[in-house]
Amino acid sequence: MAAVHDRAAEWIKIHPLVVRVTHWINVIAILIMVTSGWRIYDASPLFNFRFPGQLTLGGWLAGALQWHFAAMWLLAANGLVYVIYGILSGHFRRKFFPITPRAVLRDVWEALRGKLAHEDLSFYNAAQRSAYLALIVAVIVLVFSGLAIWKPVQLQELAALMGGYEGARLLHFFAMTLVVLIALVHILMVILVPRTFPTMISGRARRKS
Amino acid sequence: MKRRGMDLSLADYPAPQIRSIERRLFLKQSLSLGALALLSGCDLTDDERVQTALSAMSRWNDGVQAWLFDPNKLAPEYPASAITKPFPFNAYYSELEVREVDATSYKLELAGRIRDPKPWTLPELYALPQTSQITRHICVEGWSAIGKWGGVRFSTFLERIGADLSAKYVGFKCADDYYSSIDMATALHPQTLLAFTYADQVLPPKYGFPMKLRVPTKLGFKNPKHIMAMFVTNIYPGGYWEDQGYNWFSGS
Repeated sequence: MAAVHDRAAEWIKIHPLVVRVTHWINVIAILIMVTSGWRIYDASPLFNFRFPGQLTLGGWLAGALQWHFAAMWLLAANGLVYVIYGILSGHFRRKFFPITPRAVLRDVWEALRGKLAHEDLSFYNAAQRSAYLALIVAVIVLVFSGLAIWKPVQLQELAALMGGYEGARLLHFFAMTLVVLIALVHILMVILVPRTFPTMISGRARRKS
Repeated sequence: MKRRGMDLSLADYPAPQIRSIERRLFLKQSLSLGALALLSGCDLTDDERVQTALSAMSRWNDGVQAWLFDPNKLAPEYPASAITKPFPFNAYYSELEVREVDATSYKLELAGRIRDPKPWTLPELYALPQTSQITRHICVEGWSAIGKWGGVRFSTFLERIGADLSAKYVGFKCADDYYSSIDMATALHPQTLLAFTYADQVLPPKYGFPMKLRVPTKLGFKNPKHIMAMFVTNIYPGGYWEDQGYNWFSGS
């Protein structure tokens, strides 16, 4: 009996079920939205470059638009579940706050020097907190700028906040860029600290002794 | 559906088939990502089922957009200084292939749920009350341009010909073999024009002489040019791009 109890005590809870499920649904949704979005961008580039066709989804503009306007429901519904859960359960308050600019700068600097301690995986350091919060804000901006591009007449008040239709296109592009950059850094950090990966599936991590 | 061998070169196919094959290859590639398997929940290689699901979502989005559409909400109008010069030409063919329609023999043909389906000549159409607008044309490709169109309110014309305003669709057939259709709510919107002028001049051929439907609450491809015939119906008429996978409602 004591042995069983001890074995259980070796594991600590890292990520609640809702966070794990919404995380992986979000991976799929973001992947579809970004790759189909690149194909849509390529039909009329805002800047002097195109995304390589092999990295895009949909095959041609109509296909990409079909993917984009199907997966938007997945992204929005999943994001809504995550944000409502995060606020009501206290998950956001416990994990992301407090956060100060000084702490973010300190932890980012430490991380760049490879000296940021990452022993307790249930605790987010300030660099993580800022990255995850920025990601949430960027996705919210993506959703609203996307709505403004989709409905520049019916939602013209929303579009006007972004400088109209063309302003919303630019904002949508820059928010996408931010999401992709944060996701790339996130993947890099998981590669550097691989024991974080199974925790987003099982929700648990072995206690360090 | 017969499955084609993947080892064949694309060059072995006639040009019109290549785009469709490319599309299939892309769907296959994307679906080999395990993550997408979770979403589609079906055989990884069964791309017909994915297409069916995506088409079903597009129909769902038609419904959402019809629900979002406010018949009293006006598209923003702009000052003359905001007009895009030159206004871009766009069609499924190049500017060299623009159709020339003969003005003297022209008659707009009417069909379907219309009480008085007599054909209309251009002088008769020009005699209808005219209005104009400076609005933003938004292309499905993403770019936009501001232009000035003049003509008769489409709702005025529909009332004049005794169209069944409770019907679902208005369809258009064009001199360039283009065709499209819109919902009745949009057809009756105050800014939907049967346009005869661009920048206060008779519509030049490249912008759709003798008339185009100007719909500032929809994407550009829902603004058919060179209209030769129109019909009112309850049977879904589709459209040139719509039948190839572009969203039918495509409202702004």
